[in-house]
Amino acid sequence: MSINYKENAREGLWTNNIVFAQLLALCPLLAVTGTATNGLGMGIATVVVLVLSNATVSLFRNLITPEVRIPDFVLIIATVVTLVDMAMNAWMHELYKVLGLFIPLIVTNCAILGRAEAFASKNAVAPSIFDGLMMGLGFTFVLVILGASREVLGNGTLFANASILLGSGFSFLETTLIQDYRGFLLFALPSGGFIALGFILAGKRMLDKWLENRSAAKVFVANLSTAKSKS
Amino acid sequence: MNKKVENKSKFRETVTYQAILLGASTLVATTLLSFGNLVTKDEIALRIEEDLKASISQVVPDTLYDNDLLASTITEENSEGESVLVYQATRNNAVTAVIFEVSENGYSGEIRSIIAIGPDGRILGVRILSHSETPGLGDKIEVQKDDWVLGFDGLSINNPSRSGWSVRKDGGEFDQFTGATITPRAVVKSIRSGLEFFEEKKQELLHVNTESQQ
Repeated sequence: MSINYKENAREGLWTNNIVFAQLLALCPLLAVTGTATNGLGMGIATVVVLVLSNATVSLFRNLITPEVRIPDFVLIIATVVTLVDMAMNAWMHELYKVLGLFIPLIVTNCAILGRAEAFASKNAVAPSIFDGLMMGLGFTFVLVILGASREVLGNGTLFANASILLGSGFSFLETTLIQDYRGFLLFALPSGGFIALGFILAGKRMLDKWLENRSAAKVFVANLSTAKSKS
Repeated sequence: MNKKVENKSKFRETVTYQAILLGASTLVATTLLSFGNLVTKDEIALRIEEDLKASISQVVPDTLYDNDLLASTITEENSEGESVLVYQATRNNAVTAVIFEVSENGYSGEIRSIIAIGPDGRILGVRILSHSETPGLGDKIEVQKDDWVLGFDGLSINNPSRSGWSVRKDGGEFDQFTGATITPRAVVKSIRSGLEFFEEKKQELLHVNTESQQ
């Protein structure tokens, strides 16, 4: 099966985005997006696991029968997550101390099973890796957006503690947007996450609608002009 | 050729194939995980020891001792009957600080902290070693994220008084965080129990065991 990489990237990042369109992975999404930095950390860890699990599932897709695919996929994902967890603990310990918190949470991310089922089990290895990367990046994008909006509303800061995650070179990202902000606890709590996510989803729909109307208007004008030239 | 493919697909539909498939994948997964554990085990232990050294140097200044801290350990039982590994910092053969781990269950799992107490019973420093509290809420107990844990420095079992050794919500003197009470409550409780342990075993803890210095 040939695969349109451009279309696939568009799907992962926007039209079929894990959160925007599939509304999957809400558990880790709402749990960690208290700050933009945490969102970014979770996003990076998810990208790595998604790429590896997609690659593995795709590699064994001809061996796995539909009847037992779910336990097999779960087994593959759990193995990949545990291996990533151990490897990071041993060789990237500084990063692990920051991201380590998020890695076990990835197992609860149904989006990874979703991609194994919907894409990797039907496609070759290279497109599956690409799909994992794009879906992961799309997820990271939403995590950072949601984390940033909750952080600004809840704490008045943006990218707090980014230097712990990315190294001291990125300390310029850490900004305090609202001085002496007393904090808005609701947005730091998961319930605030739901509210913020609702607004973001509504905003995405509005943007889509606007784009649709614009392109529809374009098509209309184009049709009009061809109709004119015909007559 | 066609027949072969047909046979193959027929076999794939049998329970035998699926059982073998699941068994084989579990075997592969287990092998991979054991192998991964073997490869990373020593490295992880080493990292944990490095972390411990780094944490100790955060709670006890290097100038306070002249012995090999990680080699000078004694083991004492706490009131719950668990044995606690205590690191003794000594200078000129007098104990200048004792360092040990305390732990308590937080909001999600165990919170391990390291605590250093001077011979006068005052806290020299407290740091969180590991926890799995909610990111953005409970993780303010980490010194990188908040100054909260520094507030314990200089305190002892009688300062504040025993009833003060809890978070404000419980009538004590320690701040909880917005959105997280259980986490700081657990940390305060574990530190209080650490101080109680020190009071109880003061004699043993402050006794310099010259043999372990070798």
